[in-house]
Amino acid sequence: MNREATLSIDTGTVERLMPLLRFADRTRRALQYPLLGIAGLFALWYWGGWAIANNEDTMAFASFAPGPTLAAFWDIVSSGAVWSPIESSLYRVGWGLGYAIAIGVPLGVMIGYFLTLKQVTHVPFQFLRMISPLAWMPIAVLAFATWDAAIIFLIAIAAVWPITYATAHGVQRIDPMWLKVGNNLGANPYHTLRYIVMPAIAQDVFAGIRLAVGVAWIVLVPAEYLGVTSGLGYAINDARDTLEYDKLAAFVLVIGIIGYMLDAICVRLIKRSSYHAEG
Amino acid sequence: MGAAISIDYITHHYPGQEEPTLKDIEVNVAPGETVALIGQSGCGKSTLLHMLAGLLIPSDGCVRINGHQVIKPSPRWNMMFQKPSLYPWMTVRKNASLGLIFQGRKRDMRERIDQLLETVGLTDKAEVNVQSLSGGQQQRVALARSLATDPELLLLDEPFSALDAFTRVALQDEVTRLARERGISVVFVTHDIEEAVAMADRVLVMGSNPGTITAELRIDIDHPRDRNSQPFVDRKAELMGYFGATRTPAADPEPAGSEPPSPEAESEIQAADPAATESRARVRAA
Repeated sequence: MNREATLSIDTGTVERLMPLLRFADRTRRALQYPLLGIAGLFALWYWGGWAIANNEDTMAFASFAPGPTLAAFWDIVSSGAVWSPIESSLYRVGWGLGYAIAIGVPLGVMIGYFLTLKQVTHVPFQFLRMISPLAWMPIAVLAFATWDAAIIFLIAIAAVWPITYATAHGVQRIDPMWLKVGNNLGANPYHTLRYIVMPAIAQDVFAGIRLAVGVAWIVLVPAEYLGVTSGLGYAINDARDTLEYDKLAAFVLVIGIIGYMLDAICVRLIKRSSYHAEG
Repeated sequence: MGAAISIDYITHHYPGQEEPTLKDIEVNVAPGETVALIGQSGCGKSTLLHMLAGLLIPSDGCVRINGHQVIKPSPRWNMMFQKPSLYPWMTVRKNASLGLIFQGRKRDMRERIDQLLETVGLTDKAEVNVQSLSGGQQQRVALARSLATDPELLLLDEPFSALDAFTRVALQDEVTRLARERGISVVFVTHDIEEAVAMADRVLVMGSNPGTITAELRIDIDHPRDRNSQPFVDRKAELMGYFGATRTPAADPEPAGSEPPSPEAESEIQAADPAATESRARVRAA
């Protein structure tokens, strides 16, 4: 009799808790593997810090370990010191990417559309593409009046290739029938671009921008090692010069986090620009 | 009002080919008339249709629609293709509206499209993405898109050949009805003898190497046409005769059309037409 009563109470409670349990289950499924990965990275970092601290030759760098780094991270975030370098860096990356998109998308459309142009540009573009953007540094410094402009140039020249080639790839995949039908319906070149070509290639363009963001973010830091007195690259260099290794590692953390966020934004844009039916 | 078409001695060479693809084609289409072009693969019927649409310019001769020489595509003569080729990033409504948008006729566009979608039976699908539609529904959207600009002439390039048999028959009847109601002239290319007899007022049989019109058959059966009626079956058998089918009306000891035509013969004629696809590719390259 007792047993029956207990059972009935239990069923009621379970039923009431069901939505909560389902939510918990969904959250666990969504997060378990990413959390596992993050935990793995932390473990590696922790072990590295421990190894450095226990080696006499490297002991001086012990503040690279998670403990001091996270403390310094909290410090620069709570004091607000982190925002100014982020702002400078995002400003440069933003302009660099802006130029890269403004040049890369039209260029890609033309390369994808005109086979001759593709053949003509192949050798020079592949040649230029394989030159490290940082190799342009001395020339950029000579050519541009300000350090900012030079850095923006370096980012743009690094980011323009993935955007150009992803766009060209998208244009080549356009179903010729779409153009023919548009032509048949009386589309002028503006209509063709606005209603047919751009929506058709949007996903490829954003995929190119995602690659470009990755490259730009990587080029940014070494570019900021030179000349400028702001930005995340400068902050790292500055922390090294003042032997604040915990702060240095904290800025590395910041670079990683912002890079991850920029990439996540791109992934979302790619998804949104895809015309393929869901599922 | 339907368009009057006159095809004046068209001869066409594709670049780099000795033999002309089309030779001395001369056809007149009366306003509101429906004409079928039927022939085996590679006879140039698709090429001819592209010329009517202004998507290809013949090397000799010209096409005139209502007296004006066709030199470029126009929403007044609209072409429908084998594939609906809808834009997958748009809703049904947007796809159907495109011709009007391109022409800048945005006033009353919503009402016009509503009416058209009702005509083709897609009212409840207006706001859905076209990718969720079946093949037949997609071809209906393409039909609505073609009709939206009030064309005087509809050009159909095997538009139903990729559909299942039931949908195909329904759409053949529907296009015929809509074209007759609106007085639109129709020229269509087909491999399907039944389709030609079901829809056309006149069937032009084309031969290949070089492409010429080898025979002409008038189909004077009242609409809507009963596909099992004796005149219908007779016409089909007669048309079949032009393709060296197993049953030619002349060689047939039995009364013509007493039984359905042999399925092998029909499927042979309906076989996919690689030359047509090829010519489309060339059109684009040109």
